[in-house]
Amino acid sequence: MSGEAGRAILIEGIEKAFGKTRILKGVCLNLREGEFLSLVGPSGCGKTTLLRIIAGLESADAGSVRIGGKDVTQLRAADRDIAMVFQNYALYPHLSVAQNLAVPLVMRRLSSLERVPLLRHLVPGHAQRRSAINAQVQQAAEMLRLGHLLHRRPAELSGGQRQRVALGRALVRQPSAFLMDEPLSNLDAELRAGTRREIVELHRRAGVTTIYVTHDQVEAMTMSDRVAVMMEGELLQLGTPREVYENPADLRVAGFLGSPRINTLPVCSAPDGIRLGALLLPLQAEVAPGAELTLGLRPEALHLAAEGLAVQIEHLEFLGAEVLLHARLAAPDARLTARLPIAVAAQLQRGDAVHLRADWSAALLFGADGARIASSASELRLNA
Amino acid sequence: MRDSAALAGAAPATRASRGIGEAAAAWVLCAPAGLALFALLLGPSAALLVLSFSDWELGAPELAWIGLGNYVELTTDPVFRIALRNTLIYVGVVMPASIGLGLGVALLVEGGSRLRATFRAIYFLPVVSLLVAMATAWQYLLHPTIGPVNRLLALLGISPINWLGSSDWVMVSLCMIGVWENLGFVVVLFMAGLTAIPRELYAAAELDGARSAMDRFRLVTWPLLGPTTLFVVTITAIRCLRVFDTVQALTRGGPNNASQVLLHAMYQEGFSYFRIGYSAAITVVFLAIVLLLMLVQTRILDRRVHYS
Amino acid sequence: MRPGEERSLLHDLPRLALLGLGACFILLPYVWMFAASLKPGSEIFRDSLTLWPERFYAIENYGKALSEVPMLRFLFNGALVCALILVFQMLFAVPAAYALAKLRWRGREFLFGLIMLGLLIPYHVPALPLYVVFARAGLLDSFAALVLPFTISVFGIFLFRQAFKSLPDELIHAARMDGMSELSIVWRVIMPNAWPAATAFATFSIVAHWNDLFWPLIVVQSHAMATPALGVLFFRAEEAGNDVGALMAAAVMVTAPMIILFLLAQRRFIQGIATAGLKG
Repeated sequence: MSGEAGRAILIEGIEKAFGKTRILKGVCLNLREGEFLSLVGPSGCGKTTLLRIIAGLESADAGSVRIGGKDVTQLRAADRDIAMVFQNYALYPHLSVAQNLAVPLVMRRLSSLERVPLLRHLVPGHAQRRSAINAQVQQAAEMLRLGHLLHRRPAELSGGQRQRVALGRALVRQPSAFLMDEPLSNLDAELRAGTRREIVELHRRAGVTTIYVTHDQVEAMTMSDRVAVMMEGELLQLGTPREVYENPADLRVAGFLGSPRINTLPVCSAPDGIRLGALLLPLQAEVAPGAELTLGLRPEALHLAAEGLAVQIEHLEFLGAEVLLHARLAAPDARLTARLPIAVAAQLQRGDAVHLRADWSAALLFGADGARIASSASELRLNA
Repeated sequence: MRDSAALAGAAPATRASRGIGEAAAAWVLCAPAGLALFALLLGPSAALLVLSFSDWELGAPELAWIGLGNYVELTTDPVFRIALRNTLIYVGVVMPASIGLGLGVALLVEGGSRLRATFRAIYFLPVVSLLVAMATAWQYLLHPTIGPVNRLLALLGISPINWLGSSDWVMVSLCMIGVWENLGFVVVLFMAGLTAIPRELYAAAELDGARSAMDRFRLVTWPLLGPTTLFVVTITAIRCLRVFDTVQALTRGGPNNASQVLLHAMYQEGFSYFRIGYSAAITVVFLAIVLLLMLVQTRILDRRVHYS
Repeated sequence: MRPGEERSLLHDLPRLALLGLGACFILLPYVWMFAASLKPGSEIFRDSLTLWPERFYAIENYGKALSEVPMLRFLFNGALVCALILVFQMLFAVPAAYALAKLRWRGREFLFGLIMLGLLIPYHVPALPLYVVFARAGLLDSFAALVLPFTISVFGIFLFRQAFKSLPDELIHAARMDGMSELSIVWRVIMPNAWPAATAFATFSIVAHWNDLFWPLIVVQSHAMATPALGVLFFRAEEAGNDVGALMAAAVMVTAPMIILFLLAQRRFIQGIATAGLKG
């Protein structure tokens, strides 16, 4: 049952409602064996609920969960061969690190009688099972650099160390899948970056299928094989980090990923093309005229130029190697943020009037419902 | 240069004067409580200790210092020995019973969401009820001839029991009323302890393979209730040691001292027979037991039960 | 069924049944007490297993309870004594707790040590000497005797000190800069911010002293001064246990106030008693 590195996970049509509110609206996910998938979205989007349903800690109103081809929807969490790392670690405060790591093995391999302190020695074979467990605990502890902490209790550990114990407890069993519920959110920034790398490294070595829930898009983008973006109970897009970033399926996805936030401008489709106010944009797309659309331009897709969109600089943020330029477009009234290399932007001042040229091939076009409309750069030059 | 020197000179003076001001204010604020503490609690307690070495009786013109005479008399006094024995029996029965049952009730109440507040209110009623009045109700319930309990037993073919009037049954009845009285307190304390256990630990336990309720209890509930359990044990033991109301209301220590308890013996000696010195000695013994209990709690058990 | 999720009514029945059984045990005396208070003596003697009275005798029973002994007077005494005790306890304990929690002065640890010592001593210990003093001073059988010994509540000092310690120092600094005296800081700044501790303590104190039998038994001799607990005993002495109905009516009258208060303010009560505990 355990031991095989990673299994495929298939989730279909998960529905969950609390009272009148629909928390999950028909969510489907599929993971390949050994894949690292991030489930990312703003607070309240239902990602934690979905994770708990996959774990078996909550039941869905409809839908199914399959692990390794086996339908586990009706099984309780203890029978699903899954391990979970919690946001607050959920370590047993009365047990030492070694004992905490051993719990998953002890609960599954030793019978009730064997777990009673004095009676355990009466059960034949106990000693071998015990030493097998200890060996696995030792192995997990070494993998996570916890060897010197085995006799301490959680209260005596730092946040980072507790996190590693939580990871170790999940690892020690070699389960079919890992579920992680925002495990880094309680750590400070520096520790977070280091632990992020450790988790990725662990995943590479162990090869276990992992679902990682986070509201931090940087974590999601840097750690995963694929990213699933959720909002308001719906799965908006599932794809590699590059896919969801460069090719978002929905305006909400585009807005959520990327920092600073993508620039959005209201445009409309005219008989002769796409218009931004009076400007005709060098964009072509298959869309009926008269439609209200949204144009998305990432800050890195805007460049300082001699001609283009006329803006006035409102604010400059100096980031060291780059400058974030916050400017105001006159017609239509909109704000734009551009990311410029320091060499180019060094002389700029607040109040200056400059021009911004856009990478129209990287422009994103969205319909009134937020859905992405395919577009490409045309040969036109930007003019009125 | 001169300014900073002047400043340096000024600063300590201000700090010192504020220090004095603070101390003066503190003494004023504490004066009433401090005086009351000495006059009403510490002073009389010390006086009690001193009196226990005398043979004074109220109304007697003078007293004699008899050293440990009272204590020696206690060791041979049959009434005191029964009182001590009964009190310890009472503690030994009511405490474990109300704690065990109380934990069970708390687990049951917390184990679901239906009617939680209702049950909590019902079980807590005895704690806010006038014990003397409820004891009187129990007296009626346990009346040998007209009491409902015996009438019910008669229906089942069991001959009536003289609950409060026979020396065989009186302690049983008092213990039963004691459990009735203490249960609610224990239930509320354990409920508070149970709600303090983080829900996530149960989720972690489930994923770790703890399938049965017994598994969850041993892995999570019981260890994390440690501090609460210790507190409950201490509080309940002290409440049991202080048993008085039910004895005074129902049996006055009878029949024939069969239900005599420490505080009641102390009351009788001091306020019925007016043997102040002797009663003081009984009170000192009572205090010693309470202090011993507190000591056991802090020294021996407290360390093992707190995890942070 | 997942742990923590709502169980169906069917699954919940065993739990509810067990709890119901225990609840019956708890409610036993209340139910019978109330039932008996509604019955005439002859019915009580004849058949005590039926709850509903054949002849509704409530008015006679309760009337007797009110007239045989000054029951209303007892209730009034109880309320007055509890109120006075609470007022004095707060007056003494709150400033002292503030001084112990927030001020720095040389005797602080010493006084706190004495408070901790006081916590260990049950009030039965100073009872005897206090009785002698009151007897000598001729103060027995008075409100002074009933109220004075309890004006010092070490538990109250302890509880308030805990509560005050958790308040931010900036509150006090700001008040001082506004020119407030320490005493007004205590009552105008600190107390309003420690309201939960105050209500917890108040419920605990009121319940404890309404129900107290030991001390009133010692110092009270006349009916005029009796508290509710004593009142029940006096009534029983008058009737020599003959009129069970009236006795039960008296018991109901004396228990009802606290129970009604409790049902109205459950959460406060439970908070108070649960956080208290030491002198319970």
